Amino acid sequence: MSSTDHHHTHSAKAAPDPDHHESGASGSQPAKSSGWGVFLFFMIGFVGSLISGWILFPELLYSKKSQPIDFNHSVHLDLVDDGCNSCHFFEEDGSFTGMPDLSKCVDCHESAQTDDPEEIKFVDEYVTPGIEVPWLNHSKQPDCVFFSHSAHVMGAGMSCESCHGDIGTSEHTRVYEENRLTGYSRDIWGHSISRLGKPEPGDPLPMKMNDCAKCHEEETGHKGACFQCHK
Amino acid sequence: MKIDRRNFLTYTTAAVLGGAAGSMLTPAPWKLMDDVSIWTQNWPWTPVPEAGPVTHKQSACTLCPGGCGINVRFVGTRPVKIEGLKDHPVNKGSLCPMGLSGLQYVYGPDRVGSPLKREGKRGEGKWKKITWNEALTAVTDKLASLRKSENPQSLACITGSSRGTLPSLIGRFLTVYGSPNLLRPATVQDANEQALFLTQGKQGTLGFDIENADFILSFGSGILDGWGSPGRMFRLFGTRKSEQRIIQIEPRLSNTAAKASRWIGINPGTEGALALGLAHVIIKESLYNKNFIEKFTFGFNDWTDDAGITHTGFATLVEAYSPEKVSQITGIPKPLIESLAREFAASPRPLAINGRGQGTLPGSIDESLAMQSLNALTGNINQIGGIYIVPEQTYAKWPDLGMDATASKGMQQPRIDGAGSDQFPNTRSLLNRLPGLINSVKGDSPVQALLVVDANPMYTLPDTAATRKAFDKIPFIVSFSSYMDETAAYADYILPDHANLERYQDIPTPAGMAHQTITLATPVIEPLYDTKHTGDALIHIAKSLGGFVEEAFPWDDYETFLADTLQDHWSDLKEKGVIEISPDSKDSAVLSFNTASAKYEFCPAAATRQGSKDSNAPSAYTPAAIEGDEKRFSLLLVPYDSIRLSGEQIANSPFMTKTVEATVLKKQMTLVEINPKTAKTLALKEGSKAVLTTPKGKASVIVHLYEGIMPGLIALPRGLGHTAYSEFLAGKGTNTNDLIGSVEDPASGFDMAWGIRAQLSKA
Repeated sequence: MSSTDHHHTHSAKAAPDPDHHESGASGSQPAKSSGWGVFLFFMIGFVGSLISGWILFPELLYSKKSQPIDFNHSVHLDLVDDGCNSCHFFEEDGSFTGMPDLSKCVDCHESAQTDDPEEIKFVDEYVTPGIEVPWLNHSKQPDCVFFSHSAHVMGAGMSCESCHGDIGTSEHTRVYEENRLTGYSRDIWGHSISRLGKPEPGDPLPMKMNDCAKCHEEETGHKGACFQCHK
Repeated sequence: MKIDRRNFLTYTTAAVLGGAAGSMLTPAPWKLMDDVSIWTQNWPWTPVPEAGPVTHKQSACTLCPGGCGINVRFVGTRPVKIEGLKDHPVNKGSLCPMGLSGLQYVYGPDRVGSPLKREGKRGEGKWKKITWNEALTAVTDKLASLRKSENPQSLACITGSSRGTLPSLIGRFLTVYGSPNLLRPATVQDANEQALFLTQGKQGTLGFDIENADFILSFGSGILDGWGSPGRMFRLFGTRKSEQRIIQIEPRLSNTAAKASRWIGINPGTEGALALGLAHVIIKESLYNKNFIEKFTFGFNDWTDDAGITHTGFATLVEAYSPEKVSQITGIPKPLIESLAREFAASPRPLAINGRGQGTLPGSIDESLAMQSLNALTGNINQIGGIYIVPEQTYAKWPDLGMDATASKGMQQPRIDGAGSDQFPNTRSLLNRLPGLINSVKGDSPVQALLVVDANPMYTLPDTAATRKAFDKIPFIVSFSSYMDETAAYADYILPDHANLERYQDIPTPAGMAHQTITLATPVIEPLYDTKHTGDALIHIAKSLGGFVEEAFPWDDYETFLADTLQDHWSDLKEKGVIEISPDSKDSAVLSFNTASAKYEFCPAAATRQGSKDSNAPSAYTPAAIEGDEKRFSLLLVPYDSIRLSGEQIANSPFMTKTVEATVLKKQMTLVEINPKTAKTLALKEGSKAVLTTPKGKASVIVHLYEGIMPGLIALPRGLGHTAYSEFLAGKGTNTNDLIGSVEDPASGFDMAWGIRAQLSKA
């Protein structure tokens, strides 16, 4: 008994203290931050940011634009003699013409050849008034980058497809995804936002500096010097 | 699980931490970091040329007399880059920092955009924009009134050089107007021309086949610091073979000296003595080209003239310049003088070149003669790797001038500067004497109206204070400058010329080129502002003056005049941009001389050396009478040239100033170089602020200790201390001309002041 008494006495003595304290402080039972609660909220934040980082972020970062004219590469490639070179050719001095300007198109498209609404739109809106088509360039690099098509195509004998993908056989233009911050195409970074894995066969290759360096290291054994591209 | 005020913060923190941890596992932060950095490159307020096709246009650089060919890269209609033209005979693709930054002279903030009339006091910077019609009428009226008062010779014109058709057009204008006073700064080319005339009897410029020489003895010529054509000299160093030795003799370890095979420090101003000392050793040891000396020279040995008077020959003269004596004068050890002379004489193609720094100081005729005598001793004249005589550019004959009585009377007056007078018969222009002469006249200035074309005398003439005083006495100053330089800022009217890339300009053989070329700078862009070619402006003024002046200018505009003047060459030049004229077989006939003896004359027989006591005396070494009392000014100030700075009429571009090291210019202060030994005696340390005093003026400078400058000297860079131009240049550093005066060569009147006595004291 004495021990029970003692215990009782002890607890009786000890018990009122917390009650006293609590009632003295708030007057009601407190909501303790439980470990599970902390974990739950941590996970909400964790999973939430994973979803926004992987799914929402790319959606928000890039705006989607269409080319002014839905150009059909496939049709043209069938009609010309010299493949890509027929329209995207090298000047005598080795400089690359890139996207052809209107004067190249006018030879055939002075008036519409077909009743394709895109061709009619092209003739009416650009050819007749003589306005250059504001094509959106998927491969445009910043001004600080010097790139020689000549060195790669003529010198190293690379094909157009090896970097630009199977664009020559496309029937429609792709959606142009423009980075809202930088103004450059998503193609430069690569379609994969994580830059992990390889692009699908036929897709264009990413064109960041590391991509240049990687290929150069594989092909030439050296990443190359700064001034080769940043003149 | 209850959420209340207390644990809300805990859970929020948990969510934020979870979010942060999660985001690290997404591409977002890494991708954003990359994108933000690219975003900063594309800020819309950063000027970027419009996109367009890339094209190139060929022209020539007109920023210095170097005459390098340029290739201008365009994106669309906008020039974006200037590069050296690969197949141009002068520079073969190389270009100096000034040429490379040539676009900044066109698009920079220093341009004068329209004709201006001064509103406030001179130099105050208050201008009123006027039309070209008003500007041309104002100048025409003033010039007409001077002729009306029978005082046409009081019109003077200062040009940057006498080379090319524009100075010829101005010369024609002044002649028919009635003034002999066409002035321009002289350079070492002028001194060499006189030496050439005295020794070889030919009018022409001295060319150095420096590329093919195997032993180049440079008497302080800044081959890498802007001497000759900078593009050509860059190319020389870029393609130089290890066998080619360059010996650089100067008191300071310049960039040229650092890149040379050997640098020999010499007491400043004693290069002439060294040349005679080397000649002494070469002759004494019989190392000279005997065939050449015996067959093709005159005055090597003592000779007696028709009157029976014996004259000293060159060999006798240099006897006085023993290595011991020359060692004392120059500070170069005796064995080094001897070995240098032997090496020079033993080389198959040795070449002595002269002109300190960029060669803008003519120096004395004696000095030029002494150095040329070294080339003569080795017979290295009109030879591969030697010196060549480049004939003066000949132009098509213009219609004869009719002159009225006023013009004839004016033209009979002596030149203001004394050039061509009995005192200086072979000298063409002595701009350095002009301020002193105007200041010494009591009453009205002999110059009542001054036209300044492609020149900036208020900055480039020694003794800026005296120049300003002289200009204050000139009642009417017109500048034709494209830029707001010091002289334009001090003018009454500015009639701005087109800038480089905007105008036609023909460039005859540049300084030091061994063979004759004509280059045409063709405009590659339309003028940006309301400017006019000075040639057009002058033709307009001439036509408005009427009478014979009008008749002398039958051309509609400068382009017609240029085409007419270059005649046969014009279509070639329009097409190719440059033509090389192979030497006339008669002239190049090895060793034909037009002197009285028909030989190379060590001792010019013509009584042309008025300055010396014996009119037939051969060249000797006479030290320049450097200004300043030795007791008060214990040190010597020597200006030096650098390729990154321009001390000439067209100042640095912002880009060039940006390339200047922090040991030359720090914020707004110039650094002077002194030897650590000198610093010790003056109790100065690296970075000490000091006051540099000379008899001409004072400047605040910072001390830079440099082992590469001889003790007792203070080196100061030329090309800083502008008061005009834009914020990129004005107020930066010290102008050497504020501190230095001109010392006349008694034989030619040329400036030979390579320095001035100075003192440096702690500020």
